[in-house]
Amino acid sequence: MAALDDVQVKEGVDQETVDAVREVGGAYKYGWETDIEMEYAPLGLDEDIVRLISSKNEEPEWMTEWRLEAYRRWLTKEEPTWAMVDYPKIDFQNQYYYARPKSMEVKPKSLDEVDPKLLATYAKLGIPLKEQMILAGVEGAEDAPAEGRKVAVDAVFDSVSVGTTFQAELRKAGVIFCSISEAIREHPELVKKYLGSVVPVSDNYYATLNSAVFSDGSFVYVPPGVRCPMELSTYFRINAENTGQFERTLIIADKGSYVSYLEGCTAPQRDIAQLHAAVVEIIVEEDAEVKYSTVQNWYPGDENGKGGIYNFVTKRADCRGDRAKVMWTQVETGSAVTWKYPSCILRGNDSQGEFYSIAIANNYQQADTGTKMIHLGKNTRSRIVSKGISAGHAQNTYRGLVSMHPKARDSRNYTQCDSLLIGDKCGAHTVPYIEVKNNSSRVEHEATTSKVDDDQMFYCRSRGMDEEEAVALVVNGFCKDVLQALPMEFAMEAQQLVAISLEGSVG
Amino acid sequence: MMAAPQAKLSANQERLAALQLPEGATWATAARGAALDRLRAMGLPERRDEYWKFTRPDSLTQAEAPHAALFDSGAEPEVFDTVDRLRIVFVDGVFDADASDDLSLEGVRIERLAEAGQSDIHWAKDTYGVLEERGQNPVARPLAALNTALATDGVLIHVTGAVSKPINLIYIHKSETSDAILHNLVKLDKGTELTVLENGPAAARFNKVMEVEVADGASFHHVRTQGRDHERRAATHIFARLGKESAFKSFTMTANGVMTRNECVIELTGDDAIAHVAGAAMGDGDFHQDDTVFITHDAERCESRQVFKKVLRNGATGVFQGKILVKAGAQKTDGYQISQSLLLDGDSQFLAKPELEIYADDVACSHGSTSGAIDEDALYYLRARGVPKAIATDLLTLAFLAEAVEEIEDEGLREEINSRLVGWLERRRG
Repeated sequence: MAALDDVQVKEGVDQETVDAVREVGGAYKYGWETDIEMEYAPLGLDEDIVRLISSKNEEPEWMTEWRLEAYRRWLTKEEPTWAMVDYPKIDFQNQYYYARPKSMEVKPKSLDEVDPKLLATYAKLGIPLKEQMILAGVEGAEDAPAEGRKVAVDAVFDSVSVGTTFQAELRKAGVIFCSISEAIREHPELVKKYLGSVVPVSDNYYATLNSAVFSDGSFVYVPPGVRCPMELSTYFRINAENTGQFERTLIIADKGSYVSYLEGCTAPQRDIAQLHAAVVEIIVEEDAEVKYSTVQNWYPGDENGKGGIYNFVTKRADCRGDRAKVMWTQVETGSAVTWKYPSCILRGNDSQGEFYSIAIANNYQQADTGTKMIHLGKNTRSRIVSKGISAGHAQNTYRGLVSMHPKARDSRNYTQCDSLLIGDKCGAHTVPYIEVKNNSSRVEHEATTSKVDDDQMFYCRSRGMDEEEAVALVVNGFCKDVLQALPMEFAMEAQQLVAISLEGSVG
Repeated sequence: MMAAPQAKLSANQERLAALQLPEGATWATAARGAALDRLRAMGLPERRDEYWKFTRPDSLTQAEAPHAALFDSGAEPEVFDTVDRLRIVFVDGVFDADASDDLSLEGVRIERLAEAGQSDIHWAKDTYGVLEERGQNPVARPLAALNTALATDGVLIHVTGAVSKPINLIYIHKSETSDAILHNLVKLDKGTELTVLENGPAAARFNKVMEVEVADGASFHHVRTQGRDHERRAATHIFARLGKESAFKSFTMTANGVMTRNECVIELTGDDAIAHVAGAAMGDGDFHQDDTVFITHDAERCESRQVFKKVLRNGATGVFQGKILVKAGAQKTDGYQISQSLLLDGDSQFLAKPELEIYADDVACSHGSTSGAIDEDALYYLRARGVPKAIATDLLTLAFLAEAVEEIEDEGLREEINSRLVGWLERRRG
């Protein structure tokens, strides 16, 4: 993090903020690799590789056909170039599309049978794959007091799911939580109905590629009226060299249900960039609610921009029923290049979408991230709060779309995106698209910090604070709000980000 | 052997291949040729172009100008009628000497491109097409290159001293099929000042470029109205480059017009320069109006403001694409951008892309964009005090537009614009 050591920050930027960014972007803690015997699919990509992945996952014929169809579509598509990111052309034929630890060849029947090396890997990452009350996903969490909270974990290692905890207990509540490959075998009717229904096969270049070659990921089904009894979590680990990871996640929250889902990811430190192209689809039925939280911590490359993960991700939630609610929260600190726009389709009347994001880019990282809020139903609500921080030579872009369709009467959007630059070699960009096609909806996009709640200001001022102190307090409280939207498991990791202030930020 | 099949050319490509350059002096021919090369390299705008995402370019690029019925504004006085000004009149893009004033005015040299373009030695040699070419990066503006290549007339204004009154370019539309292209150059020497007024619909289709070079300490003021013609189409570009401590202030009022695309490209190249661009647009029915602004900060302590307000009804469409680019080293930049629309009914739409691209850390840039209906509380307040609904709506509409109109510094001109806005609203009230 040498880039930040001697940086002159402009007046008004909190030293705490700089320290917090330095802390977050410090030496990458997860850069080690697991020495484990792997088996790979042959190098490159063609129809045979797609068939091979399908057969490795013991998939039925319809799934193989679905993949092949996607592969053929992918061949006709062009790589998108509109994002403000710059990276060498990816040679899609010079990487592996499937990598599995040899010990996973015979699927373990329970966690007790899983290769100890793999279990040790997750333990080292702070994700012990044991069914115990523990806060997962956070370093040092083992020492934290257990508060009776349980988190079920699906652990994905390169191309396969290693194991899923608490499955039996979840099953009692009617919740299905397993790897997507297992779901394709065990619950084909659900997968057939929902897979590709939110992100169509040919949605975009990377989603199409993912549809052809996805290897594993998580599947969640919460039945009507069920409040999922614990947080669900998937932890993605890339370990193998020169291998792309293509995870696929499908979450279905049936009528009146609730689930909170967490996602974490890390990768070893390597000089050669690696591709990660995921697709996440969320279906939210009437009165259901889904919270999806990510702490994205892929290897970002070294301080000279060498190596790192290319994170090209399509995430989309479809609020199909009335009063459905979805909330995306993301803390983006990793990856060399990020191309990610978790979106909400607000189809049901009175449905609601929220997007909270903190993106920190340092050294030579490039992040182009944001959200789409597509308002189709009446009286739909959306809220976007995005904070981008650039340091070193990094480029950080917020790109978003708010679209109010003619039938989305009486809808409302509020967008706030702030950026902060630390040092004069980095860039911060904002590219919002706003489309308003009815007049009973209100859309507000702002990018200033001046709009602090008057009442809160008055409260602080009447207690003797000067204006600046009052603003700082209110603004910091607001930032905390965003972080508290994260489930507790991530809140700890994100806690240090609270010190990031909005003072001196630009739109 | 069979001949190799030829790739089918699109209508736009065919049009570009067939373009013939006008003849003129060596420098003019060179500038036009270079512009045509640029244009052929970038191609005419297509529907799928990102920069034309919200506006369909077809009617602006097709070979023939679409038919536009003439509009009779009745006994309405000419815009800027109350202002002491020097009038220069173009009818369907053709200079009208009889309707124009004498072009001599102290402190400024006014010429026509039609004449200067025939003369081998002229200051325009170093200016014509130069700012347009600079403005092609990072975003292509093919219609401006088309203009540079094909324009044969326009006004060249060189300000060397104190000028006593504004110069008013009046564009009259008399033919239902006219396709006018005009290219104006304005050059302000150090410390000079000039106000340029523009009004009128010009033609069935109007392609206009104005290149403005503002030297250190000079200031340029620009107020234009685009005419109330319902069926006219216009694609206009302003390219400006600003020196140290100079100022550029431009305001545009657009009322009616089936297609208007106004691009404004400003480069702040000297420290402490100021650029303000504002617009008030009012559309009723078949109306599409697009403000596309690109301001580059390439010097320290410069200030830029973009203020755009649109009032839309009966299916009208308003577009705003605004960008502030702060280059590395442009420290202490103060950039502000606001785009707002007032949708008076459910059929109208507002499409916006307010963009920031910032490479310097000690800057204050902000942007805001809102869209919504008239404030019901404010309407209720006025009605409770006995103001009829239609008048209350108009009052609130004027208040909404005020922030843009206030960008006009000269009080007389501001009043003139305000009275036009009031007139437009009154006519619609019926």
